[in-house]
Amino acid sequence: MSKPVLLLACGNLSRGDDALGPLLLEYVEAHGDLSNIELLTDFQLQIEHALDLEDRKLVLFVDASVRCDGSFGLTELEPAQDNSYTTHAMSPAAVMAVYRSIKKQPPPPCFLLGIKGESFELGEGLSENAGKNLQQACRFALSLLSHTDVAVWRDRTGAVARFHGCMEMSAS
Amino acid sequence: MYEHLETAENIENLKRVVVDPVSRVEGHGKVTLLLDENNQVKQARLHIVEFRGFERFIQGRPYWELPVLVQRLCGICPVSHHLAAAKAIDQLVGVDPENLTPSATKLRRLLHFGQVLQSHALHFFHLSSPDLLFGFESEIGKRNIIAVLNAYPDIGLQGVKLRKYGQEVIRMVSGKRIHGTGAIAGGMNKALSQDERDYLLEDVDQMIKWAEDSVALIKKVHCSSLPYYDEFATIRSNYLGLIQPSGALELYHGGIRAKNDLGETLLDHFDYCRYNEAIHEEVRSWSYMKFPYLLSLGRENGWYRVGPLARVNNCDFIDTPLAEAARMEFKAHGGEAMVHSTLAFHWARLIELLHCVESIKLLLHDPDIIGHDLVVQGEKRFEGIGVIEAPRGTLFHHYRVDENDIVTKANLIVSTTSNNMAMNESVRQVAATYLSGRELTEPLLNNLEVAIRAYDPCLSCATHAVGKMPLQLELVDAEGRLVDKLVKHNDGTIDRHV
Repeated sequence: MSKPVLLLACGNLSRGDDALGPLLLEYVEAHGDLSNIELLTDFQLQIEHALDLEDRKLVLFVDASVRCDGSFGLTELEPAQDNSYTTHAMSPAAVMAVYRSIKKQPPPPCFLLGIKGESFELGEGLSENAGKNLQQACRFALSLLSHTDVAVWRDRTGAVARFHGCMEMSAS
Repeated sequence: MYEHLETAENIENLKRVVVDPVSRVEGHGKVTLLLDENNQVKQARLHIVEFRGFERFIQGRPYWELPVLVQRLCGICPVSHHLAAAKAIDQLVGVDPENLTPSATKLRRLLHFGQVLQSHALHFFHLSSPDLLFGFESEIGKRNIIAVLNAYPDIGLQGVKLRKYGQEVIRMVSGKRIHGTGAIAGGMNKALSQDERDYLLEDVDQMIKWAEDSVALIKKVHCSSLPYYDEFATIRSNYLGLIQPSGALELYHGGIRAKNDLGETLLDHFDYCRYNEAIHEEVRSWSYMKFPYLLSLGRENGWYRVGPLARVNNCDFIDTPLAEAARMEFKAHGGEAMVHSTLAFHWARLIELLHCVESIKLLLHDPDIIGHDLVVQGEKRFEGIGVIEAPRGTLFHHYRVDENDIVTKANLIVSTTSNNMAMNESVRQVAATYLSGRELTEPLLNNLEVAIRAYDPCLSCATHAVGKMPLQLELVDAEGRLVDKLVKHNDGTIDRHV
C-alpha cells in the first residue's frame, strides 16, 4: 500500500550542490513524521518514476536548481512534453506526462521544491551558499510535509513567489 | 574509412557548424562540422567537452569505500561501476573471481543482468524508438517517448515496465534502487530472501515475452529498411569484449576476445589483468576523451568497438535459447562473419536484453541464489583489476593501494571511451554521406545524433540540475562570427537567431 505523500529527491551526493535533493531527504528522514510520507531518491528522473506516482495524494519533487532567484522555491507542476524527453534525465513535468500517457488519467498534484545551487563538480562538497539554502529549504519542507491538504501546498507556493523557472530540468 | 575528415586543410576558409550538446546522449557532447563555401564537409569531429576527474575522485580513499563511491560516477550505470570496483577489490583482499562463493557469484550476476536489462530497455524504448519508429527526419515534436506511447501504447508501456523490472531486480539484490551496497570485497553483504526471489519470479515470464516481442520489432524495423539500415553510419572495425571459456556471450566475467572486421581472432581468452599489455590509450589535442587502441595493430588501425554489437559479433553462441535463436538470425542477416551496421547496435542490444531476462529466470530458479554463504577472504594484495561488460561495453577498473589500504592509483577505461574513435568515424560517415552539399536543417542534424545514439554513449555521468542544458545549433564562420543559430526550446519548437 502506497503512502499518500511521495517525496522524490534527485541528485548525486558526490557532485557538489547536486547533493541538495538527497540531503533534504535525509533531513526529512531524520526529523519528519514519516507515517504518511514515502521517501525516494535517485540520481535523476526516468520513465519508470511515473509508476511511483501511482496512488499518491501529493508528490514533492526536490532538486537542486540553478534558476532560483531566492534560496529555494516551490512551484506546482503540470504535465509537459518538454525537451527533457531527449536526455537520460527527465524533468518532473515530463515524468507526469508519461504517467498521464500510460495511466490514461491525470497524475496526482505534483510540486517541485527547487533549492538554489551553484557548483556541480565531481568530488566537490556542498558550496557555502548552497548549505545555507539547504537549511532554509529543510525547515520549509518539514512544515509543508506536515500537511496533506493540497490547498495548503498551493498556498505555500504563493508564499515563495520569488522562485522562477524551476520547471525545466535537463542533464548537463 | 573517413579519417581524412578528422582534420581539414585550409580551415580558415571553412564555416563551422556546431551541434551542442547532442541530445539523448548523457552529458556533454558536441559535433562540429567545418564546411566550405559549397557546404561540402571538410572536417567532422565529435568533441567530448567534460573534464573527467574520475581517478582524482577515487585516489586517497580507503578501498572498501569504492563499491559505493564509484556508483556516484555515473547516474546511468552505477551498478556496472559498483561491480567492476567490487571485482577489483576482491583481489585486494586476496580473492580471485572464480573463488567467490557460488551464491555470491550468482547474486552478482543477477544484479548485473538487472542493470543491463534496465539500461537497454531505457535506451531502446525511450531514447531510440522515436527515431526508429517515426524516422530520423520526422517532425521533432514526434521524437519522444510520449509520441511512442500515443502511437504504440503497448510498446511504450512495455518499455516502462521492462525498465522497472530491471530496477526491481537491483533493488531486491542490493537493498536499494541506487546507492545499494550489494557487493563488498570478497562477496556480497546481503542474501536474497525466498520472498524476494518469489516476487521477482512473478513477472519474469511476462518480461521474457515482452523482450521477445522487442527483438521481433527491431528485426522488423531493421530489415524493412534495408539496405539503408545496413549502410547508415556504418563502419568496418575491430570488436572487443569479454567472453566465456566456452566462447559464449559473457557480461560479468571472462577473458578478453578481440576480432577484426573479417571476424579473425586478434585476442582470445586474454587475462584482463594484463590489459595494459594489449590496450593503450592515445590523447588527441582536440578532445578530452582518450582514444584506446589494440597495441598489436597500432594507433591507426587498432581502434575497436565495444558494447552490444561487439559482444554479439564476438561470441560463438549465447547460452539461453531464445537469445541464441535471435543471435543466429542476426548473424545470418549480415551475410558475412561480422555485422558492421552501426544501427545494428539496437538489434544486438535487444538480443542482450532478451538474454538478460532469460538469465534472470534461470538464476532465480537456482537454489544457490538464496544461499547465505556470501563472503570469502584471502591474503592482502596491493593491486586489483576488475573488468565487466557494462551495458555500453567493456569497463575497466584498476586500483593500487598502500599499506594503509588507501588507493594510491586508479585507472578507469569506460566503455564510451573505447567507442570514441568509432563514434567519430560514424559521425564522419554520416557527414560525408548525408550532409555534404545540402542545406543544414534540424532533421539532417538529427541524423548525426542518431549515429551517435546508436552507441548509447554515456559522456559525462552528469549532474542534472534544473535548467542547465539548453540545446542549440550554431553556424560560425572561420573568423568566429555567428552566421546562424538554432535554439531548441523545451516544447520542441525551434527558433532561428541570425
